Amino acid sequence: MTATTIHPADQTVRTPPRTEFAPIPLSRIVRVELRKMFDTRSGFWLIASIAVTGLLATVATVAFAPDDDLTYYNFAKAIGYPITVILPMVALLSITSEWSHRSGLTTFTYVPSRGRVVWAKTLSAVIVAVASMLFAFAAGAAGNVIGSSIAGTPTVWDLSIGHALTIVLGNLVSLSIGTMLGMLLRSSAGGLVMYFVLVLLVPNLSALLAASQDWYQNLQPWVDLPYAQSYLFEGMHTGAQWAHVATTVGLWIVLPGIFGLRRVMRSEVK
Amino acid sequence: MITIDSLTKKYGGTTVVHDITFTARPGRVTGFLGPNGAGKSTSLRMTVGLTQPTEGTATISGRRFADLPNPGREVGVMLDASAQHAGRTGREILTIAQQIMGIPASRVPELLELVSLTPTEADRRVGGYSLGMRQRLGIAAALIGAPSVLILDEPANGLDPAGIRWMRDLLRDYADHGGTVLLSSHLLTEIEIIADDIVMIGQGRIVCQGSKSDLLQAGGTVVRAADVIALQHALIGAGIDATSAEDGSLRTDVDPAAVGRAAYDGGVALTELRIADSGGLEEMFLELTADTQRERTAA
Repeated sequence: MTATTIHPADQTVRTPPRTEFAPIPLSRIVRVELRKMFDTRSGFWLIASIAVTGLLATVATVAFAPDDDLTYYNFAKAIGYPITVILPMVALLSITSEWSHRSGLTTFTYVPSRGRVVWAKTLSAVIVAVASMLFAFAAGAAGNVIGSSIAGTPTVWDLSIGHALTIVLGNLVSLSIGTMLGMLLRSSAGGLVMYFVLVLLVPNLSALLAASQDWYQNLQPWVDLPYAQSYLFEGMHTGAQWAHVATTVGLWIVLPGIFGLRRVMRSEVK
Repeated sequence: MITIDSLTKKYGGTTVVHDITFTARPGRVTGFLGPNGAGKSTSLRMTVGLTQPTEGTATISGRRFADLPNPGREVGVMLDASAQHAGRTGREILTIAQQIMGIPASRVPELLELVSLTPTEADRRVGGYSLGMRQRLGIAAALIGAPSVLILDEPANGLDPAGIRWMRDLLRDYADHGGTVLLSSHLLTEIEIIADDIVMIGQGRIVCQGSKSDLLQAGGTVVRAADVIALQHALIGAGIDATSAEDGSLRTDVDPAAVGRAAYDGGVALTELRIADSGGLEEMFLELTADTQRERTAA
């Protein structure tokens, strides 16, 4: 409470010298949003599940993969898959929970700029993503060494730095699907359903269409996001592949993302 | 100081808040009173930038809420105590507030103590809190940044009588130290006990506003006589309009002196003559909102 003094008789108030508070730096919002991803049981276990499934994937690769396949790339791929699936949910729920749990009523009164809050949430999700992938690459390396020594095969390091970077990029694309859906739908249940429709159902429909329709076959890489994304995971070879990635990301993430951001900025928080 | 100027909110063709203007001053508790659905919450949400007004402005100490560099340090807000992630503990919710505002961590236990939440309660998840505990936590979150303005939507909801008294003392003390308090309520008695200034709203329009003492004065005079018919004649004879209440008394807008004179002139012995008491505010509330209320019961 500021020490405003009041004279009860005439109710005039001596205005205190106005304290000018420093603006809230983005780094602080990121730190708090990162904390909020972990401080509930559901949030904690969602992120913990990345590590748990990653370790299970390592063990499974050692146990079940043919000896020839015990290479670093295959380990990193097996461990990275759960990350690709789970991270977008982390990014999505971080945004939608402000509406679904109505905690936005307080969040957006602490930080009125919703754009900054969403940006901070996206950055926190990226931090979790990068940390998870470092974990995946490390766990993959351990699995590769242990697996090849158990199988008695030579330890194969077949993942270039460049390829590792495109895998990171591929995961960031997945993550931004979650961010986009979160902004667009602002509902946890609806967002998760749409997410699975987008990553599980749409690619299958797209593949069916490509198999039966010639005209679509050439179009597919330009409009099918998971298809174009698979280049990033399997390694980029041509400039056309980058063009496919850029086009599908623009179509499926940037455009609806801009629309979603406008809705986030203008919608009423109740 | 909160300044609401010509604030209007329309959804399609429906006007939920219609051109409201009022000021909540420092050192005063301003009660925002109205039946459910009158537009109180929408007005408060517009004040803190969660809802875009169709027209008009709301400023806190001269600035729009959205322009405050660190709003939590200047305005404590509690719009809905239940609007929290049920999986967080009470302590965690205060810690989030403390961190985002950039204030010392020691504020968390201080505020928990201020609102009488024990450390054990603070470490429980808010999903298991009673409404009263959530209100206390919400008050703590609003106060943690030591703001000079408080905006509280229905803060007395869910509190037991002791809790309501505690809230009253807390806000009284806050205002006495120069703070500005704007709180909404549909509980007349609560507003009457705590507020210095009252703004009444019904179906989106301000129906009356002023200091509580002025509004109580406007409640008029209550007069009673053994012979009600004779009293009525005496009052009519003196040109005084009076309405009869259910308890057999008469109520009028003129001051007690004029009523006493009229009774004397009419030769009527009075059994009671007084300024309408605190219950008058409730009558006024019902009266003022009767034609704008959802339930069209006679006041």
